[in-house]
Amino acid sequence: MLGILNGKVYDPSNGVDAQVRDVWVRDGRIVSPQDVDRERAEIIDASGLVVMAGGVDVHSHVVGSKVNAARKFRPEDHYGNTRERTALTRSGSGFTVPSTFLTGYLYAEMGYTTVMEAATAPLVAKHTHEELEDTPMLDMGAFITMGNNHFIMECIRDGLMEKARDYVAWLLNATKGYAIKIVNPGGVENWKWRRNVSELDDEVIGFGVTPRQIVTTLAQIAEELGLPHPIHVHGINLGRSTSARTTIETMATIEGRRAHFCHLQFLSYGKQAGTLHSSEAAKVAAMVNANPNLTVDVGQIVFGEATTMTSDGPLQYGIHMQTGNKWMNDDIENETGGGIVPIRYSRNNAINAVMWRTGLELALLIDNPWQVLLTTDHPNAGPFIHYPQVIKLLMDRGYRSAMFERLNPRGRKGALLPELHREYSLCDIAVVTRAGPARVLGLKHKGHLGVGADADITVYADLDDKEEMFARPRYVVKEGVVVVVDGALVRVRRGKTLYVAPAYDTRIEADIREHFRKNYTISIDNFSVHADHFPHREMVCCR
Amino acid sequence: MSENFILVTGRTVKQASGLHKGKHTDTYRRAVTVVEMNPEDMARLGIAEGRLVRLHTSTGQVEAPVHAGALPPKMVFIPMGPVANKLVGPETDGTGMPSFKGLTVEVEPA
Amino acid sequence: MKTVVENVTCTFCGCLCDDIIVEVEDNRISRVRRACANGRGIFLDYDPTPKKPTVAGREVEWEDAVAAAAKILVRADSPLIYGLSSSACEAQRKAIELADLLGAIVDTTSSVCHGPTGLAMQAVGEPTATLGEVRNRADLLIFWGCNPVASHLRHFERYSLNAEGALVPNGRRDRTMVVFDVRPTATAKVADQFFQVLPDSDFEVLTALRALAQGKEIESDSVGGIPLGRLRDLTERMKACRFGVFFMGMGLTMSRARDINVRELFALTAQLNEFTRFIVMPMRGHGNVAGADQVLTWQSGYPFAVSYARGYPQYGPGEFSAVDVLVRGEADAALILASDPVAHFPHAAAMQLKRIPTIVIDPVVNLTADTAQVFFPTCCYGVDAEGVSYRMDNVPIRLRGVLPTVRPTDESVLDAIIEAVKRC
Repeated sequence: MLGILNGKVYDPSNGVDAQVRDVWVRDGRIVSPQDVDRERAEIIDASGLVVMAGGVDVHSHVVGSKVNAARKFRPEDHYGNTRERTALTRSGSGFTVPSTFLTGYLYAEMGYTTVMEAATAPLVAKHTHEELEDTPMLDMGAFITMGNNHFIMECIRDGLMEKARDYVAWLLNATKGYAIKIVNPGGVENWKWRRNVSELDDEVIGFGVTPRQIVTTLAQIAEELGLPHPIHVHGINLGRSTSARTTIETMATIEGRRAHFCHLQFLSYGKQAGTLHSSEAAKVAAMVNANPNLTVDVGQIVFGEATTMTSDGPLQYGIHMQTGNKWMNDDIENETGGGIVPIRYSRNNAINAVMWRTGLELALLIDNPWQVLLTTDHPNAGPFIHYPQVIKLLMDRGYRSAMFERLNPRGRKGALLPELHREYSLCDIAVVTRAGPARVLGLKHKGHLGVGADADITVYADLDDKEEMFARPRYVVKEGVVVVVDGALVRVRRGKTLYVAPAYDTRIEADIREHFRKNYTISIDNFSVHADHFPHREMVCCR
Repeated sequence: MSENFILVTGRTVKQASGLHKGKHTDTYRRAVTVVEMNPEDMARLGIAEGRLVRLHTSTGQVEAPVHAGALPPKMVFIPMGPVANKLVGPETDGTGMPSFKGLTVEVEPA
Repeated sequence: MKTVVENVTCTFCGCLCDDIIVEVEDNRISRVRRACANGRGIFLDYDPTPKKPTVAGREVEWEDAVAAAAKILVRADSPLIYGLSSSACEAQRKAIELADLLGAIVDTTSSVCHGPTGLAMQAVGEPTATLGEVRNRADLLIFWGCNPVASHLRHFERYSLNAEGALVPNGRRDRTMVVFDVRPTATAKVADQFFQVLPDSDFEVLTALRALAQGKEIESDSVGGIPLGRLRDLTERMKACRFGVFFMGMGLTMSRARDINVRELFALTAQLNEFTRFIVMPMRGHGNVAGADQVLTWQSGYPFAVSYARGYPQYGPGEFSAVDVLVRGEADAALILASDPVAHFPHAAAMQLKRIPTIVIDPVVNLTADTAQVFFPTCCYGVDAEGVSYRMDNVPIRLRGVLPTVRPTDESVLDAIIEAVKRC
């Protein structure tokens, strides 16, 4: 039993904004004061401190096949970024691509308790689950990439929507995944022919379907299956000057259904005179503001070292050709693809400057913080350990302008950002870093401090320097147990793997079996992830 | 009278059986104690099929029966294993990988 | 009473064929279908009977062997943990946990196999794909310095040369096969084109191909023993194919320039993507060496040659790789898991293993076990234990046990050693 007393509580899900309150914990859950024996409870005196739910990251690349390829590929990322073993903890290494134990420790030390792995290819889902077992401290789930899936595209081509839906449900069960991820729909398949897509109505080679059809079909399926999280979309044209236009078109095409658009900064550019993209954050934000069914996460650029890694095969090849940096590519049969290229974002680079302000403009122009969640698309726009810096940029206009002034002048030209005076409040931050992500993920027991919630709690010192405040929590509680004190781990805990198990008509299995026989190099009987192979799990119900 | 050859070591199906049949069998010993050589080289050195040949590097020396094989001139092939490894030196040139292929060996009839 | 188990995975080589059919009668494997000679051996030659571990050649109880092993490891200043590649990931995780705990050096068979491939990937990247992409799309296959007819016996039939796929409905007839090697191997014999390279000239040939692909002129009329005209023709063929694949092996990693050879090949592969789709696939040898890379990487950040001596992982091919460590006398004890370095290391390194106290964990008494101080006869993942292994293209596959587990698994032995070390 635990009591966190007299802290200033920010619990926007329950309408609590900077009220001094006690938070009581028993058996891993938040309980009402009557349910606790105060004599026997451990007490944390939170007077003068800020209390929030544990952080929830809606999109991060931290476990699985692509991430591990990036670790192996980038030993230079790890040198000098090491963690020694202690009696409690395993050793580790890495900065943009930390090893698994270190990932868990770093997130926990920063006050995060739930993290969603942003992309897992079905064929290698077992790899994700193995790494989840070795990532401590966090409750986690995996998004399953489906936007270039052969079986789904065949169903769309043949107009067999129910079959597609049953397949998606089967696939989520087989991979123990959490949500439907869509990455450059159709484009990743076209990359296997050395092509891509650039419009929503372009044809996917060999299937005769379009990106538009893929997105709308999967959006519909997500709703019909009652999945807790809507489709999670990395749209077409990432990085290009047409991206803002096609982002808006994609948002329009789902016609009021729910959808989450990820790392939107990378997909909000336009064309202007000269070679530099423009930020079209204003237009994209207007679209989001007009559509309460949509949520986004920012994917904010942080200057310094990063590693681009996505399932967007042609994009990654493009980054390789543009930067000349080393390139990994992995095409996954029948399903998806992807690549990895190291990158460095610099203030002196005009393109990076535009990218940096695009993300902030989005965050400041989207009115409702519940619709715009904080991420750096770790490690694509920057490593997650820099979230506190992003928080400071959102809360402190002075800090923001000082950084803006140091950008390449060409990258500053015509910028909207200096005119945006909005500063996020602590309540807003509580929304974009915990309450909002938990809500859009459909995690009813996360991101808030109401009775019945999981006792994942972070206590911060109330400092003027918000980066320092959020970088080093005073206490972090995971499932009712104090795990971090003053930014340092005091206890190691396992988290749970969160997954969904939507119902489906089992008659589809015969068709899927035939699909495997014809197209895969692995037997369908060896494909699925079995629940008993990872004991620390929790199913999240579909509606 | 010995001659310099290039030594290549590698997998053979027979040698691979050592993994599951065990490496203490005569089958395994025979599988790894053999030298393949181009028939013209054999003729020039005066070594008949199945006769013993001696190979020698600064690391060590082995004797094994020779077997005619499809090899370019002045190249010998020995299946990977303890016999070949008596000839392979310890240097890895900073890579961790010894010179299992491309080693210069002196070859003569035993 | 006969049981037939289908979709069994063979763990012998990186093909990790998972379509094997095993028949079991009276707790013994009576028949194996579809497997190659190596695979049949894994199942049919396996002895599942209970066995006791040995210490100094004498049979002891399991707890005593564990205690002896823990004592050796704790007393050592610089223990080496080596091998891992024929065991399942569950055990590999434990081996690395033990290394972390001890401050040991941990290295896998990668360092004498595809370690140079890893170095090349770290230098220039690696455009790759899963084997199904090869089977379904590839119309040009180039085998460089590898001999699958001898090493990966069902590769052609399941994944590459002869396999039928979506865009390759006629299998072999729809494909062109090219082989580069220093000698006419059995694989070369079935190629449409064989390029016989002069020993230690792969680097020059690859550089020449890179130059030709970039449209540069080459002055010599032959490179590495190959006439320039043939290389020019090949370059055009590579640029014009639909989906090209390089398979590469020890011919590149073990000959003179080692990782630099592989770098050239990987760079060439990347370059060819300016014209068409091209990928490269290292022919991983052992059944779960890809898994060893994966597990060591996710736990430490590095794929092989890792030292935990400072309390955090350090990467050092050439410094912490097993052959170097042994030859320089820098290991004073060794734990060998699922591999046979006495058979496969250069003589000097193999001899050193006989001089220092060694612990061997393996289903079979191999040459390294002969001189081991402690030997644990464990069961065999994929035969009488479940586990996960990674195929050469990094697809994880679950292994079934077709026989009941009688002897302890590698994982359970390592776990016991970890607990014993913690108590010491």
